[in-house]
Amino acid sequence: MTISRRTFVKTVAGAGVATVAAPYVARAQADVMRLGLLTVKTGPLASGGIDMERALIMYLKERNFMLGGRKVELTVADTAGVPATSRTKTQELVEKNNVHCLAGPLAAFEALAIDDYLRQVQVPTIAVAAAEDMTQRNPNPWFVRPTATSSQCAHPMADYAAKEMKLKRVITIADDIAYGHEMTAGFQRVFEENGGQIVQKLFAPLAVPDYGSYVAQLKNADALFLGFAGSNGFRFVRQFVEYGLKDKMKLIGGMTALDEAVLRNMGDEALGIVTACWYSAELDNPVNKVFAPAFRNEFKYDPGFYAAATYAAGAVIDQAVKAVNGKVEDKKAFMAALRAADVMTCRGPVKFDDLGNVVGDTYIRSVTRKDGRLANSVIKTYPNVSQFWNYDKAAFLANPVYSRDFPPAKNLDK
Amino acid sequence: MTIETTSSATPAVEAKSSTLRIAFYAVMGVVLLVLPMFSGDFYINLASQILIAAIFALSLNLLVGYGGLSSLGHASFLGLAAYFAAWFFTRGGVDHVSAAVIAILATSVVAGLFGLISLRASGLGFLMITLALSQVLWGVAFRWAAVTNGDNGLSGMTRPMPFGIDLNGAANFYWFALIIFGVSFILMAIFTESAFGSALRGTRDQPRRMAALGFDVWMIRWITFVYAGFWGGVSGLLYVYYHKYIHPTSLSITTSAEGLLSVIAGGSGTLGGPVVGSILVVMLKNYASAYIERWNMLLGFVFLFIVLVMPEGLVPGTKRLFNRFKGGAK
Amino acid sequence: MQSGNTLTRTVLALVAVLLIGAAGFSYVSSIRSPQFAVIQALNSLALGGLLFLLASGFSLIFGLMRLANLTHGAFFMLGAYIGANILRSYDGVNLWFAMIGAGIAVAVFGGLLERFVLRQLSSNSLGQVLVTLGMSFIVADACLMIWGGDPIPVPTPAAFQSPLRVAGFMFPTYRLVVVLCAVAAAIGLYLLLERTRLGAMIRAGVDDMQMARAVGIPVSKLFTAVFMLGAGIAGAAGVLGGPIMSAYPGLDADMLPLALIVVILGGVGSLIGAFVGSFIIGFIYTFGTALLPDLAYVILFLPMIVVIAFRPQGLFGRMSA
Repeated sequence: MTISRRTFVKTVAGAGVATVAAPYVARAQADVMRLGLLTVKTGPLASGGIDMERALIMYLKERNFMLGGRKVELTVADTAGVPATSRTKTQELVEKNNVHCLAGPLAAFEALAIDDYLRQVQVPTIAVAAAEDMTQRNPNPWFVRPTATSSQCAHPMADYAAKEMKLKRVITIADDIAYGHEMTAGFQRVFEENGGQIVQKLFAPLAVPDYGSYVAQLKNADALFLGFAGSNGFRFVRQFVEYGLKDKMKLIGGMTALDEAVLRNMGDEALGIVTACWYSAELDNPVNKVFAPAFRNEFKYDPGFYAAATYAAGAVIDQAVKAVNGKVEDKKAFMAALRAADVMTCRGPVKFDDLGNVVGDTYIRSVTRKDGRLANSVIKTYPNVSQFWNYDKAAFLANPVYSRDFPPAKNLDK
Repeated sequence: MTIETTSSATPAVEAKSSTLRIAFYAVMGVVLLVLPMFSGDFYINLASQILIAAIFALSLNLLVGYGGLSSLGHASFLGLAAYFAAWFFTRGGVDHVSAAVIAILATSVVAGLFGLISLRASGLGFLMITLALSQVLWGVAFRWAAVTNGDNGLSGMTRPMPFGIDLNGAANFYWFALIIFGVSFILMAIFTESAFGSALRGTRDQPRRMAALGFDVWMIRWITFVYAGFWGGVSGLLYVYYHKYIHPTSLSITTSAEGLLSVIAGGSGTLGGPVVGSILVVMLKNYASAYIERWNMLLGFVFLFIVLVMPEGLVPGTKRLFNRFKGGAK
Repeated sequence: MQSGNTLTRTVLALVAVLLIGAAGFSYVSSIRSPQFAVIQALNSLALGGLLFLLASGFSLIFGLMRLANLTHGAFFMLGAYIGANILRSYDGVNLWFAMIGAGIAVAVFGGLLERFVLRQLSSNSLGQVLVTLGMSFIVADACLMIWGGDPIPVPTPAAFQSPLRVAGFMFPTYRLVVVLCAVAAAIGLYLLLERTRLGAMIRAGVDDMQMARAVGIPVSKLFTAVFMLGAGIAGAAGVLGGPIMSAYPGLDADMLPLALIVVILGGVGSLIGAFVGSFIIGFIYTFGTALLPDLAYVILFLPMIVVIAFRPQGLFGRMSA
């Protein structure tokens, strides 16, 4: 059981009564900048959501709640991972709390549920959600994404798998949601264009209690690509090992399959799994050298995808506020400054393309044991990866969005 | 599972509680009318959501409270109408009025079909078959991405402009929802107070006797099912206008369960109950959650508390306490 | 459960199941591979076994108390978390001990719930729905608060970790253990119901509550006992399923609908119904999602709709649900 100090203090203060979420900064001041965080603290997505909150608060605390010279007041809203609630919570942050800027939401469908509302109220939003078209065919002008699209890290993973790991036949398995479809599609496209073959594509519904039925379907292949989000990858890998398949094929994965949050509950079965992500707690850059140990020190586990996402978002906001001299009330200028950001973050340097999506380094990582715990050690860096990979932007956007059926899989085993 | 409802109040109690009832409706009416003048957009939007949830709960109450048929699949109709409207408007190239008409009609037809299937069972069987049917719809919405856009949901829906009035503002939409709510409330009240409504209550309390008296119990239940589906569809239409987006979660068990909880918590088989229950659930879910981190737990405890203190629901329970306070009731 | 009619029906059903199974097996072997068919059959049995442990308690509680206990999925999840916690906190404790510990803890919790809450609502079935759903919210949120949002593994006992190789097939050993446990529990429950005084009282209560009361059966204590039994089995099943499923937020919501389907299919209040229904659902679910991925989301609900529509009392139920 891990209790953050904050929760602990609150619990004691609440003395057994329901814990009341006190604002982190005592009083609203006239010149305070109001920041809202849309995250998920209840329900199945809570794991990542709680990390988002912890890391953002950590970023703010380290700076004494000052970003770009302005005092910041943070309001955290729990969307429960439900689209309709996300919308209500966004309205609450915008209409009741009058936030100048939003961080989050976590899930793609949450971002899509508030898409039109963000356009209507014009609130700059630093997103975590990976929904491709929010920065591609239907870009939202108030959206900026320092994390990645669903397929942004899958492209380099496929490149690495084909060229360096020399894999030929690969099976993909992912959650049966748009995130899983898009990631798998991106992997498939690059992998097959580099001489590989996707011989089987599996999509498992989110609410699968037992992955045994999927493990049993696996055909013969060199490797299995895991496109899972959250805890599902962890549960799948355990069954994979149980069936004695660990020696038969390699495991590779997308950016959330073996997240640090998942890794801490795994054992030796995870060793050697290769994944691609825009972050690793092992990154050797000056920001992360401060962030990762501090996070580990406070919460007793490594920061992962979701923690790094809001910590990096903090850096982007910080710089943009500075760039507009604290005048975040000028939404257009503030938004332009966010998109113009070129800043060093815990994930490495971050800048944005003209659609508001990050162009940043992507890391190929392999699970190793370090000081007794499992870690995603970086084995190769792909610098400045764009959401379009090496493709021409116009040609990329002329295709339909990645999905379950696009690009079509032509090499499936019968 | 036999549903025994204990809410059939005697005329004497009715008379005594009429003061309370009038006072209640008067206060509610005033609150509803002056609300937009005094509160910010957020609260107006919250009120609109309560109105939508209340129509949904009222329609479910026709089955649960008056028909004695506990459904755990009523989200089917909310979700269907929302999906139909959104699909026909955004992809079918149909205008708002036609999309709305198609959506409501199609939803009612599906309700008729679902009624044919689910009314073969009663009690727990009915609960489960309605659940199963709504799960099938949920599965289709989730999986048939070519039509429903899968878990990305259907976006691009807009709000209609009745008589050229723009409903995008919070207050305008609130008035629109309030009018629809008023019409729904009155039409459902007429339904329950009519001879047909009495027959329906008869099928709930004494199905065998009703059949012996020559009533077609099945037909009464089926008509109620379709009528409830129709109003569920109306709430779905408002729902998709409000959110301008529809996602498979709106068809999920959670949505159905929230409706059922609103009905039971407020008081099933009463007209005020589902409204009060909806206020409670929407406020806990969307408002209290900003202040209380463990709001799911709070919701659970509130339900526990209601059932232990007012087993018949908030509205009848308050009535009982009020009467006792006046020294009237036993 | 005592009539010859039930016995005949059971034998007939088992024969039918075996025949359908054999036909299905050869069909699946021909379109996929024998390895696939064998492994999936084992998966089906393991899932069916876990479902039986969950559904039997639900079914007994419903049969006796006419209470649709929607907290049952939460019992399963609570058991999984408590078991995982026991295994994590005490070195050298094995899975069986954790199962017993979690089973007792959940049984006590269930007993308190029955005694102090559900007892008040004996004639208010809507109130029961509200309370059991409310309790499941509370339990789920409490688990999230205590154990966080990340999945907690329940380690597979070392003896069963490596796959078993028989005749060229690889079996995950632990799943065989799960099947054996479920069958043992089924036999134990059967003997309890058929051969003990408590069982006789339960059967009497299921058949005719008024009569049971009239002949002096302590119905109130019986209710608490059965509720604790059902809760305890569900809690222990959570631990038993732990090495396959882990403990994670949402486990309750993933499992409860499956158990409900089993009960409806098999017939409420019937142990044999729960047993047969569990394995039918285990097979439909496992083979269905693999062979008909397009129907993965509806595969369980379509047969259930057919069953309720044409046989509302379920395959083995004698009372209409």
